[in-house]
Amino acid sequence: MQITVTVNGEQRSGDVEPRTLLVHFLRDELGLTGTNVGCDTSSCGACTIHVEGESAKSCTMLAAQVDGLSVTTIEGLADGDTLHPMQRCFQENHGLQCGYCTPGMVMAAVSLLDEIPNPSETDVRIGLEGNLCRCTGYHNIVKSVLACAAESHGASK
Amino acid sequence: MIPASFDYVRADSVDAALAALTEHGDEAKLLAGGHSLLPLMKLRLAAPSVLVDVGRLDDLRYINDAGDHIAIGALTRHRDLEISTMLAADAPLLAHAAGHVGDPQVRHRGTLGGSLAHADPASDLPAVILAMGGTLVATGPNGTREIAASEFFTGFLESALAPDELLTEVRIPKLDTQGWSFQKFNRRAQDWAIVGVATVRANGSTGVALVNMGSTPLLASAVMDAVKSGAGAADAAAFANEGTEAQSDINASSEYREHLARVLVRRSLEESGLS
Repeated sequence: MQITVTVNGEQRSGDVEPRTLLVHFLRDELGLTGTNVGCDTSSCGACTIHVEGESAKSCTMLAAQVDGLSVTTIEGLADGDTLHPMQRCFQENHGLQCGYCTPGMVMAAVSLLDEIPNPSETDVRIGLEGNLCRCTGYHNIVKSVLACAAESHGASK
Repeated sequence: MIPASFDYVRADSVDAALAALTEHGDEAKLLAGGHSLLPLMKLRLAAPSVLVDVGRLDDLRYINDAGDHIAIGALTRHRDLEISTMLAADAPLLAHAAGHVGDPQVRHRGTLGGSLAHADPASDLPAVILAMGGTLVATGPNGTREIAASEFFTGFLESALAPDELLTEVRIPKLDTQGWSFQKFNRRAQDWAIVGVATVRANGSTGVALVNMGSTPLLASAVMDAVKSGAGAADAAAFANEGTEAQSDINASSEYREHLARVLVRRSLEESGLS
């Protein structure tokens, strides 16, 4: 079946099987390999992207389900060479170890701050419950998200 | 993991969805958020030949004050329930429990109607709707009918819905809530409950329902009877396992589940204000 999806602001079309998972459409058809497949069972969150601005697990959606909708992947966050504030905060706070969970963590974190702009540490830990880091590097991940929140909160004052 | 092949039909209206169900019969499954169905299909535990996607039926995404009850469209997402000020005021148990389903990503996609129609005894919201004495509205080729939540769950992943019916609305009686509690015991935040308990005390009666204590979500009728007869939380909780058929699995033995049910029912009754 033919689908057209706005991916990172660009209209992209593809011919997919109905059973094609969204993550495979993004990676294999569009070459957007920043979105990782981790557990493939909607547990780990490595495949987190945004659908219509909200975090979602792309291993548990069909490509067909986003036909006509807007999807943002990790590749869509930066503005050219300028990292998204969340990406920069992960870099500055060393919010990663092996990096495998990082794209999903960043996408989940951006969605989290949309919903809770000024979160407590507990809000961040609970808000990232859908994302697992097998390196157990949670300390700096939480620190990164809090730093980003503090920065944008300060900027909006 | 990739699901077995199927044909995909996106319904743009309730009528279109019903027509597709009538055409394809029990070969078809409805797809809402897909967060229960797609994992089963990826494991090939389900292999419908047609998926009817009702996920875009925004007409069925609402939370309305309907006088003596709150009417919730079946396509209302868990996230919508979690942040609803109306539910926070008039059905706080449902808003709270919805905020504990899965994780944020799941709550952005998963729907109330999908969760109920999937009829998983390990899911949170079926037990919540049972405890609150909700009513489900099914729409089929011959119109709509109401099904009491207590009549809806008929077996493991089986409901009273006919193959040609769509769950369209969930009605929650507006209760003068005196107390409520949702207890969810699991190993990791995003997991299904190993055992869960939903309690609401309102209008002089107490509703208690159990998550994952049998092949369906269950009303803890013996506990409710004991409370009605004047028993305190600890005495009533001793009846938590009456009528249950807890299974053993990788997470817990049936004996451990029974222990958890007694402890969590007591905590739930206490948290909802029963001493």
